Amino acid sequence: MSAVTEAAAPLLDVKGLNVSFFTHVGEVRAIRGVDFHVNARETVGIVGESGSGKSVTSLAILRLLPYPGRVTSGGVTFRGEDLLQKSAGAMRALRGDEISMVFQDPMTSLNPVFTIGEQIVEALAVHKKKKGAREARAKAIEMLNLVGIPDAASRFGAYPHEFSGGMRQRAMIAMALVCEPSLLIADEPTTALDVTIQAQILEVMKDLREKTGASVILITHDLAVVSETCSRIIVMYGGQVMEEAPTRELFENPLHPYTRGLMRCIPAQGGAARERLVPIPGTPPDLLKPPAGCPFVERCGEAMRICLASRPVFYGEGRHRAACWRLDPEAPR
Amino acid sequence: MSGRDANDRPILEVRGLKKHFPVRSKRFFSGERRVVKAVDGVDLSISRGETVGLVGESGCGKSTLGRTIVRLYEPTEGQIIFSGDASPDRRKMQMIFQDPYASLNPRMTVGDIISEPLAIHGIGTRAGRAERVHSLLRQVGLNPDHAMRYPHEFSGGQRQRIGIARALSAGPEFVVCDEPISALDVSIQAQVVNVLEDLRELYGLTYLFIAHDLSMIRHISDRVGVMYLGRIVEIAPAEELYGNPWHPYTKALLSSIPRIGRWKEGAGERRIVLKGDVPSPIDPPSGCAFRTRCAYAAEKCADQVPALKDRGAGHYVACRLQ
Repeated sequence: MSAVTEAAAPLLDVKGLNVSFFTHVGEVRAIRGVDFHVNARETVGIVGESGSGKSVTSLAILRLLPYPGRVTSGGVTFRGEDLLQKSAGAMRALRGDEISMVFQDPMTSLNPVFTIGEQIVEALAVHKKKKGAREARAKAIEMLNLVGIPDAASRFGAYPHEFSGGMRQRAMIAMALVCEPSLLIADEPTTALDVTIQAQILEVMKDLREKTGASVILITHDLAVVSETCSRIIVMYGGQVMEEAPTRELFENPLHPYTRGLMRCIPAQGGAARERLVPIPGTPPDLLKPPAGCPFVERCGEAMRICLASRPVFYGEGRHRAACWRLDPEAPR
Repeated sequence: MSGRDANDRPILEVRGLKKHFPVRSKRFFSGERRVVKAVDGVDLSISRGETVGLVGESGCGKSTLGRTIVRLYEPTEGQIIFSGDASPDRRKMQMIFQDPYASLNPRMTVGDIISEPLAIHGIGTRAGRAERVHSLLRQVGLNPDHAMRYPHEFSGGQRQRIGIARALSAGPEFVVCDEPISALDVSIQAQVVNVLEDLRELYGLTYLFIAHDLSMIRHISDRVGVMYLGRIVEIAPAEELYGNPWHPYTKALLSSIPRIGRWKEGAGERRIVLKGDVPSPIDPPSGCAFRTRCAYAAEKCADQVPALKDRGAGHYVACRLQ
């Protein structure tokens, strides 16, 4: 891990995280040994397809795993404190205050029977940040202004259904940031939105990060979105980290066959039209029966015998690492 | 478009197509009837073997246009002429839907789903239909044995392949693909796009490809049309549209696509971020519907709806500014 080389301890440090869902058909091993860290004032992207474990990771950090999910081993350290050992009450005090989250679907994450303003003020009240009703209201309006809601003072009393999708997502961001958290986890915050609105929201997030100094974990399936917003990217597949690198390094020199495969699936921009896409054959692994070796082995064009049998270790130096046996100095070229 | 070669006879011609949906008034007793103008005057012609892409934000009417063309909706006004015929054979026009989970009947086997169009149109014998199902399954990259299974046994990408096989079973010439890949994972999207391209070659199909993924549209289409509030505001050959967008809306749309490798571009490349949302199609702005969000809007934009004007090389733009 590159944390060793960093001067200060990371803000968030996830070590050897394992999460399973104990369903009636058996144990689904959604996360199998995930390590990563987030430094202060850093934007980290977690990229992966559905079932890669990217959302489960964030829910595990916040201890919001739905039944029957459970962290089976590993540690989540936030500011030197182990979140997995905290009491439910201490976690509740932390969520929304120190770490907050923005979800994909702003309609289902806002309460339809309270006004937008009341819901933002509630976040302040819960965390005892409010000194008086008037002050809380002023703070909420200030946040709505900050996320670019026009005429924020009169929008304070509007209900979620009166907002468009993009405005609701802005309101969600305002709510998440009103207590000035040091870490914001955004789980597919723009997936449900049009590209023009996505551009607006990403711009707002970038602005706010600069203004508040919060670290951000951006979870998405869209490589292009992370390439524009994050300084470091973690690629997940089958419940494991496949590759991790600073953004530019990842796109210019991808080491893992899965990362390279993903990039070939996207039409080249400005490239020759009608160039055939190179899809990754097959489908992701069934995590009820997780593969013993590399989770990508079934779909990998470069797989070797060892890939089936044992899980690859991380190779690479500095801030760029990838879990692939092909990177071993003894592997055939 | 009317300016194409005469011998390049279009397979589909849409003229002045409108589709309005009545909506309930806010005040129940007011008696006032309001309509959502989902598609409001679209002219479009598609040549045989061509793939036309259609892009636009949600609510711009692109799906409604596709559905009206295959007559899933009755048009409010306008003409749809298919192979020179104003009341075409439905078998010749088919549709692939967005959601592979909602568009397959969970109680039918895959074989029944794919052969249903054949059964409805009374094509072939039972044995012949089964044979056709098997060959279609092979063509979309599934196993003929899958005919006996039910949709829930398949992944999203596989279900979309089943949807494609169903659309092709009656032997269409023209297929409307309504966001066929947007519900799929990136690695699966490329698989499905390749299947669609292979089938286009194999059967000489013509596609109307609707999507909001602008880079995928560019990849698959010969020509691309941009829709805004029920109208096509710009249409041009794909390379021309992406390389040389003219309409302010197209420019904004293209510049908002997140791009890998933006660090290679200089600081001069500034993203145009559109303000606000798409106005309601119940009460669209007068004149050019985009003028409320347009950075270049002038007074004359409010007067009348701009018509598509030829700018050469098959590039048509509906904008009154020069």
